Amino acid sequence: MRSLDFVLAGVGGQGILLASDILCRVGMALGYDVKKSDVHGMAQRGGSVISHVRLADQVFSPLVPLGGADFLLGFEKLEACRWAGYLRPGGVAVVNDEAIPTLPLVERTPYPDDATIERILRARAGRVLFIPAGRLASQLGDQRVTNVILLGALSCLVDSALEVWQQAVAERVPPKARELNLRAFATGRAQVGNSLA
Amino acid sequence: MKRLLLGNEALALGAYMAGVTVATGYPGTPSTEILEYFARYPGVYAEWSPNEKVALEVAMGASMAGARAIVTMKHVGLNVAADPFFAAAYTGVKGGLVVISADDPGMHSSQGEQDNRNYARFAKVPLLEPSDSQECADMVRIGLELSEAFDIPVLLRTTGRVSHAQSLVEVTAEQISRPQPAPPRPFQRNPGKYVMLPVNARQRRLALEERLRRLQEYAETTPLNFIRWGDRRLGIVSSSIAYQYAREVFPLASFLKLGMAHPLPRRLIREFASGVETLLVVEELDPYLEEQIRALPDLPPVRVLGKEVFPAVGEFSPELVARCAADFGFQLSEFGSRVSPPPSPPEELPAPLPGRPPVLCPGCGHRATFYALRQLMFPEQVAGEEDSRLAGNPFARATLAHRRQYGLVVTGDIGCYTLGALQPLWAMDTCACMGASIGQAIGLEKAGIKNKVVAVIGDSTFYHSGITGLVDVIVSGAATTVIILDNLTTAMTGGNANPGTGATVDGKPARRVELESLCRGLGIEDVRVLNGYDAEGIRREIAAAVQSPEPSVLIIRQPCVLQARPASSLVAWVQPEKCMACWACLVTACPALIRRDGKAAVIPERCTDCQVCSQVCPHDAILRVEREGVMA
Repeated sequence: MRSLDFVLAGVGGQGILLASDILCRVGMALGYDVKKSDVHGMAQRGGSVISHVRLADQVFSPLVPLGGADFLLGFEKLEACRWAGYLRPGGVAVVNDEAIPTLPLVERTPYPDDATIERILRARAGRVLFIPAGRLASQLGDQRVTNVILLGALSCLVDSALEVWQQAVAERVPPKARELNLRAFATGRAQVGNSLA
Repeated sequence: MKRLLLGNEALALGAYMAGVTVATGYPGTPSTEILEYFARYPGVYAEWSPNEKVALEVAMGASMAGARAIVTMKHVGLNVAADPFFAAAYTGVKGGLVVISADDPGMHSSQGEQDNRNYARFAKVPLLEPSDSQECADMVRIGLELSEAFDIPVLLRTTGRVSHAQSLVEVTAEQISRPQPAPPRPFQRNPGKYVMLPVNARQRRLALEERLRRLQEYAETTPLNFIRWGDRRLGIVSSSIAYQYAREVFPLASFLKLGMAHPLPRRLIREFASGVETLLVVEELDPYLEEQIRALPDLPPVRVLGKEVFPAVGEFSPELVARCAADFGFQLSEFGSRVSPPPSPPEELPAPLPGRPPVLCPGCGHRATFYALRQLMFPEQVAGEEDSRLAGNPFARATLAHRRQYGLVVTGDIGCYTLGALQPLWAMDTCACMGASIGQAIGLEKAGIKNKVVAVIGDSTFYHSGITGLVDVIVSGAATTVIILDNLTTAMTGGNANPGTGATVDGKPARRVELESLCRGLGIEDVRVLNGYDAEGIRREIAAAVQSPEPSVLIIRQPCVLQARPASSLVAWVQPEKCMACWACLVTACPALIRRDGKAAVIPERCTDCQVCSQVCPHDAILRVEREGVMA
């Protein structure tokens, strides 16, 4: 049976729900049964956010089982670590190389250093790709396209036609932001191209 | 054509396709989107009601007029609407009436995780439980038909993972062309059915039992309840989202799927039980199905398992179902499990990670109020003696307990602002349910505690359940100070219109109920309106108000920053040489403020120029500078 499970993790307000919507559209275009699950409400107020996307011939649970995800798309380094347990052993982590600090005073545990982050991710993942998506988004002039840059990088690793992704992005984002998002998507793809070279 | 729909969107679509013309509700996670989506359809009436009780009463009126109606709310909303809900079971309906309750196992955004399936038994109404978006769309239609056929309101209960999951829904063209609503007709009087005086209610009570008996028969044959025979060694009874998890963990087992979980199909359950060796009930929260199944007369001799295997607390997941079943001794591989149970105890991460709880947004209009309340809850001066060690150091923990003894008591309420109870603001002492802050404040005062008390409530919560509390402030002669945090919206559920917003659910202009005149009209003479960013003014006004023997209302008004989206060209900037590392600014819990190299610092991308941090800095170290200048 064909199946692909994704977990997207980051901080509320990073455009995670939009990214998982696009991923679902890709899944539908590829002919999969699709389910997705998010948490809405209070948890979104700057808190840790996770979205599950499941593609298969028939999907039952909208939640990816712990240890079952083929891909982890991390919008923020700490959150990628927090949810790394969802990856299946040998799965792939694509992570925005960006740190969003936690609230000072209350949180006594320090933000992990890069070596620790790498160690946590590699404990599960067969492959870890860090993408400077936040920085690239700023260069493109809009922080909000960080999500689509990450999707561009992810698209290189999923066996699928490029046009399917481009169409899903174009359909889901607001018309006036379409061109910018398609550029962001291409930017993300180029990152993986570079790291594979 | 298949469309990927949120469970809540599918409920709205199903209701529209079934000809619903009136939909009401009060926003609450995880139910909110149902009404938001429904209001987008042409030719319908949708309203955010002041509370769930009013919402259901409006829908009852619509039903009496012959219209099909739905009412949406979160699980605890049905507590508020319970009075009309029970009455509606007696009176019955004319047009179909479906009450949609979205439960929140795991309490992602709620004060409790009550299992509202119990309400169906309690109020004696049929219960439908969809397990994915397709079933959401289908069951709301079936519920409306059932409602009309059996003259009874129907409870449709989802959980967060049904409401907030997306899955494919078959939508055909003829389904989208919904039936034309009937033209207006005169009201058909029927006091024996609609006037629940005891003389009529006694008759309707008997009629209710008769309707339930017929529903019991319907439950035996409806396709909503079905058996899927597989491996006869294990028979799983399940409903709602737990059914999907169980299918994933036991693909080869036999299943009895219950889409209609009240009244239960007794014969069907007996048939299923007689065909399997072990009956395993997989259900989140209460042993609702399990206890009724165990109590069935003439249940075949079969081993019944339920809460011995799975917890009655919290939310399920596929791995939790797998883990519990494996721990109990089930061989998952024999049933073709697609889920491998995670190790128990769970794997340790290679390093501990800092938490990231939800916080008040940068620029939130509630922040300055909670900072002020915190100052008054932890007074610098207690009982006339000043502790010099505390000067300018709000985090001196050694004497916090001492200071807290004498400080202000803050009764709180439900909304984004409940986050003010969390560290480091730590500025709320209670939070129970919608509107409770005011009554609790009166009770504390009447019982004679030494502290001054202030009630803190949001605008939407005040309209929902606070007004009657304020009536009691007047008539009880209490000196209560009520702070209404007025951000002109219902923010926590995503910015939904409330009676003070001046907009309908679909964004059209509407008349407003003005807080000032409402409070004055009730008899509060001391009503003041303050700016939510004026940290010092707020502290001064609260301190004065709680000393007064007269009741007062402080309306602290600041539009929700997520709605208003201020675009200032200035941002806050900390002068490193002036920062004394007292962390007063960090106590405001603003996500735009961090500690860097032993000093406070601002993340300019997040700063909205609300200027609360610069006001609370005792060293005048925070300036406003051009955003362009500090962004790299």
